[in-house]
Amino acid sequence: MIVKFLNIIILLFMPFIMMGLIKKTKTFWAGKKGPSVFQPLYDFIRLLKKEFVISKTTSVVFRIAPVINFSAILFAAMFVPLAYGSALINVSAGLIIFAYTLSLGKFMSLLSAMDTGSSFEGMGTSREACFTTIVEPAFFITIASIMALSGNYTFDSLSMLLSNAGTYGVLITLFASVILFIMILVEASRVPVDDPATHLELTMIHEVMILDNSGLDLALFSWANSIKMLLISSLIANMLIPTSLSEWVSILLYLLVMVLVSLLIGTIESGMARIRMSHVFEFIFIMSSLALVVLSLIVARMFGG
Amino acid sequence: MTNWLITKNNSKVNLLDIPTLEMSQLRSEIISQEKRPVGFFGKDWGFGTTRLFVILADDDNGELLISSAMFSAEQKSYESLTQDVPSFHIFEREFYEQFGIEPLNHPWLKPVRQNQDKYEFFEMKGDEVHQVAVGPIHAGVIEPGHFRFMCNGETVYHLEIMLGYQHRGVEDMMVKQPSNQLAESICGDSVIAYNTVYSQIMELLKDIEISPKAQLIRKAALEMERAAIQIGDMGAVAGDIAYAMGSAVFGVTRTLVINTMLEWSGSRFGRGLINVGGVNFDISEDEIKLTLKTLDKVAKDVDRMAKTMLKNSSVMSRLEKTGTVSLEKAKEIGLVGMAAKTSGIPLDTRFDYPDKWMKELNFEKKPFKGVGDVNSRFKLRYKEVKESLSMVRKILAKLKDYEKEPVLVNSNKELSKDSLAISIVEGWRGEVVHIAMTDGNGNLSRYKIKDPSFNNWYGLALAVRNNGISDFPLCNKSFNLSYSGNDL
Repeated sequence: MIVKFLNIIILLFMPFIMMGLIKKTKTFWAGKKGPSVFQPLYDFIRLLKKEFVISKTTSVVFRIAPVINFSAILFAAMFVPLAYGSALINVSAGLIIFAYTLSLGKFMSLLSAMDTGSSFEGMGTSREACFTTIVEPAFFITIASIMALSGNYTFDSLSMLLSNAGTYGVLITLFASVILFIMILVEASRVPVDDPATHLELTMIHEVMILDNSGLDLALFSWANSIKMLLISSLIANMLIPTSLSEWVSILLYLLVMVLVSLLIGTIESGMARIRMSHVFEFIFIMSSLALVVLSLIVARMFGG
Repeated sequence: MTNWLITKNNSKVNLLDIPTLEMSQLRSEIISQEKRPVGFFGKDWGFGTTRLFVILADDDNGELLISSAMFSAEQKSYESLTQDVPSFHIFEREFYEQFGIEPLNHPWLKPVRQNQDKYEFFEMKGDEVHQVAVGPIHAGVIEPGHFRFMCNGETVYHLEIMLGYQHRGVEDMMVKQPSNQLAESICGDSVIAYNTVYSQIMELLKDIEISPKAQLIRKAALEMERAAIQIGDMGAVAGDIAYAMGSAVFGVTRTLVINTMLEWSGSRFGRGLINVGGVNFDISEDEIKLTLKTLDKVAKDVDRMAKTMLKNSSVMSRLEKTGTVSLEKAKEIGLVGMAAKTSGIPLDTRFDYPDKWMKELNFEKKPFKGVGDVNSRFKLRYKEVKESLSMVRKILAKLKDYEKEPVLVNSNKELSKDSLAISIVEGWRGEVVHIAMTDGNGNLSRYKIKDPSFNNWYGLALAVRNNGISDFPLCNKSFNLSYSGNDL
């Protein structure tokens, strides 16, 4: 019971820490002191106290979108195993529900951006929609084939991979982690796909879509976005952490993976320029090709020698 | 050659010596000269008449050619020059806006600084085409300007830039109440360049010779300004492509340079340093030592960071072949300064119109091979930082020869009557041209300012054609043109 409770605490608050850690890493590489790792949480609280400014051109879609987006992502979180144990709702169609509730959230945020009628937000929407379309098949191929390998169509199959599939398991884990990591960069709009720190509307993707949101709405959007980052990182953690460990060790290892993912994102953001918009597709297609590698490894494992 | 009065940079001529031609004759003279315009402006000549002054720059020989034409009160138009010499387009538009004399058959008689609302933008039509309007108010702390993109998807077909939102009437203010404080406030990132050029104009009109020491300090400050802004802009380019390390390191090193200026003059941008008659602050022995030490560190840091960046493939893929202005286009539209150099036009008024120090200190124009893209502009900045820092070192070393000299001479003198003074200073962005005229009573009657941005804004519009719209901020930052210098 305590562990389940702890899972929820981690789900809700770890994303803020991860965001703070990314910022801290970036400032470390820049030779600066930087704000505390809790700054994203303070910002969140600050936003909660602010009032709304709502554009006259928007409709009800703009009002309900942040809440639907946030609840969709929280709902999706119930189907993913977090720090320890199975998912809260552990069903065999979990992957489908997970992916499509995430898509529902994305759909609402796209609609809300279009609702403002701003040309910037229209451009952001088209970019985000486009990238999502490429990410989705790669994600499905990877996770579904891992599930097929174990024969267990729940997310639990991820944690069985390393122990059950031998050398293939190691290779698959490696490739799948890279795929999921790229997915984090795309979905959480990090460098080199997007630049969360820019003020230049013409270059933005995710940031520009929430340009008109303020107060609670903005807070929900950014919270939801960082939770999404945690969820995908959890999939990586699930593959890496063996099931045989005790619960406290697992939770510690899980937190360690979250920290490492954050540090890695921060380091990449410091040492790399953002990719030119027209070349982002090529970067995301790395996911697709790696997904096919995973698929062929699994086919080899299942039907080969 | 009686049609032109030939003079040098930093010179004063008698207004009576300037030839006055018929406009049609002046027009064909300008076309046959094939020289670059640095001044094309009118002056109210009384009784409804307008006199048009034209100053062409002969960069190969370091000479300036001056001529003029008179427009009677009835004569309200002439055949435009832009049809034959496209680089006149912006000058003719400005002349039309200020004096209402229409250049006939001008291809694009768009407002320069006023009446922006009355202008109808170009429009592309089609199902897939969309327009994006940005500004005049922008995110971030930058000046106002309106950009209208005609795009097909992510690709920009055409960009129209509308400026003038910062129009303050600086030229009129300079006539009524000329001062160093006003001059250095015209364009906040070129304080030294603007104040130097203004002071030189006043010294010419007042026949003041300033001390060699003051000249050297001005020169050193100008190069410090160049180094500081170029480093800052290298950081800004890094910031725009989300290369956090470059942005941080260049930001820190720029601060070192401007803080040295603070030591010299009490202002990080050198405000209050330069005065008519010399400079307000001497640079002491200790300050020279401190400066040299700081500059060594700056040079080292810039070198390391720039090399790291230019080796980083993700950085290069953003900079290379982005926002290219070809040599032909650059020549055609008459780019100047940095933008011209990067496209392969070796234009630098420091060397083309040298003063005595350039020779004495052995400063030579070093060639730069640019192809006109963002990468070239980044590399040019890097090159100029290195050169400027070494120039500052040499100038400071030379300063020791003039230890006992005063830095400021009395400037309380009358202005010469019926004169025209012209001075060009190569600021970091390019040539800053000031031209002043006095009337028969020795009062200023016209003050004309030309910032390099005036020529170069159209270059930015050409640079972004067929580029991704998300690369526009990067192109923009690589030029870093001035709004206030253009809007005046």
